[in-house]
Amino acid sequence: MTSARDTFTLPARVLHWLMAILIVAMLFIGVGMVASVSARHEWLLAIHKPLGIAILILAIVRLAVRLRHPPPPLPADLPPSQKLAALASHWLLYFLMLAMPLIGWAMLSAGGYPVMLGDSLRLPPIFPASAVAFAVLRHLHTWFAMLLFLTFLAHMAAALYHGLIRRDGVLSSMLRGRRKAASALIGSTVSPGPADPEDLDDLDEEERVD
Amino acid sequence: MHDAAPPDSPLRRFGSWTLIAAAVVVAAGAFGYVGGWLAPQRLTPDKLVDQFQHNAGTFAGYRRNHAKGVCVAGYFDSNGQAQAYSMAQVFAVGRTPVVGRFALPGSNPYAPDGSVPIRSMALRFTQPNGQQWRTGMNSMPVFPVATPQAFFAQLQAQQPDPATGKPDPAKVAAFFAAHPETAAFRAWAKTAKPSASFATESYSSLNAFVFVDAQGKRQPVRWRMVAEATDASVGAGMAGDANYLAADLTERLARGPLRWHLLVTLANPGDPTDDATKTWPDDRRTIDAGTLVIDAATPQQSGECRDINYDPLVLPEGIAASDDPLLPARSAAYADSYLRRTSEEAHLPGGAAPRPEKQP
Repeated sequence: MTSARDTFTLPARVLHWLMAILIVAMLFIGVGMVASVSARHEWLLAIHKPLGIAILILAIVRLAVRLRHPPPPLPADLPPSQKLAALASHWLLYFLMLAMPLIGWAMLSAGGYPVMLGDSLRLPPIFPASAVAFAVLRHLHTWFAMLLFLTFLAHMAAALYHGLIRRDGVLSSMLRGRRKAASALIGSTVSPGPADPEDLDDLDEEERVD
Repeated sequence: MHDAAPPDSPLRRFGSWTLIAAAVVVAAGAFGYVGGWLAPQRLTPDKLVDQFQHNAGTFAGYRRNHAKGVCVAGYFDSNGQAQAYSMAQVFAVGRTPVVGRFALPGSNPYAPDGSVPIRSMALRFTQPNGQQWRTGMNSMPVFPVATPQAFFAQLQAQQPDPATGKPDPAKVAAFFAAHPETAAFRAWAKTAKPSASFATESYSSLNAFVFVDAQGKRQPVRWRMVAEATDASVGAGMAGDANYLAADLTERLARGPLRWHLLVTLANPGDPTDDATKTWPDDRRTIDAGTLVIDAATPQQSGECRDINYDPLVLPEGIAASDDPLLPARSAAYADSYLRRTSEEAHLPGGAAPRPEKQP
């Protein structure tokens, strides 16, 4: 049997889609709560903090999974500039999903706030109280959030580009698992490329699922 | 299994690009709407705080409201009476350290003490378990308005007219006419006199909160700090001194600590918890939960209170927010003010330029 080198492992795919939902929700919660004076401000803030810590923990697990199971290689015919963009944006996403919760935690610590994840659960401060540090970290939290949202948009557009325009199997490598034995056998004999009929079938199925 | 259109047909390619562009536009548009950039009608913390700056000017490094104040410190001695209603550690018998601040409402840190009849007390209680209770109280019985939108309208009505440098009386009158809920506050303000001391004032939470006991039972409450000292003659020591309150405080503390009693009023079922313009009837049960002792004062430029945001929704387990719509608005606006003044303290770009310190 061939190894499933053309797709991400199941843990990687589960973590990717779970975190995709959580991180995009988190970005909307964040910009929504600071732009509201209504009760929404409070309940969004109450979700924001524990969700941030959940994302931090998942990001650490995901980084470990990624280092243990390297992702499938990008298509050989992908232009070097696009390969570089893919690589850089993926590591930027990893950096931001780890940095954002840590900055949020440090910023509340610097502001002298108790870091409450609920009515009773309090995290210890990870930064000494300092108004100047609070201001810097608080702005950094916003700037990185904007950068994360822009990177998410680029990531989504690139995924659709791979799936709809290039049809090179990159999108399906995150959408579905290892193909059944028969199709895997065929897949291993067919060189990947835009005209790969295997990917057309994938796409049709994806469209139906969506 | 294959589509009718060949994969590389220009039509299909165009459709694919359109789909990609649409996905990006929809995601960015939703983000812009939720973040307020594409929803200009929404009242945001930013707009509220901007309006304070429009009304009184921008004073770099200072709170955007209650800008003039003095730091104090001391402790709260709980007698255990409130323990039956709230599981907060602060109400167990014993002592909790407090860092507080007395202040005047308004955005001008140089306002004369006699210019407003209201004084405020903000407190931060730090419990042994690290949880905190922060509260900002005022020396009036009711708030003028019940909602953030009405408060914003009031600030707008009070914005000085560039021609006269004073609020337009017609606009202020129109606001009050449109907001009959302000009647109770205006009746109080008519007879209120600026006190000669922070020490003789009593300070009310105004907003309702909810005490939660160990079984999870919820009891709506309001609280106030009632002064033990009663010896200030209103109007004394004011002539020619714009800063008599801080001087009075220092002088009193030199003689000994100052004390307040924390009185907690328990709402009856049906008492409004979402309307700070209405007091509850006088016969509601009130508990004396303990004594606040203030034994030190420091100028706010160097005191510990300077870098504390007295956000009324920083609450320990056992005290929760009520459904009062002013509470989340206060929390959101205080956070915005805190970021502005700490950014100015950090000299980050985009903040207000610091003004030379005036020492009137």
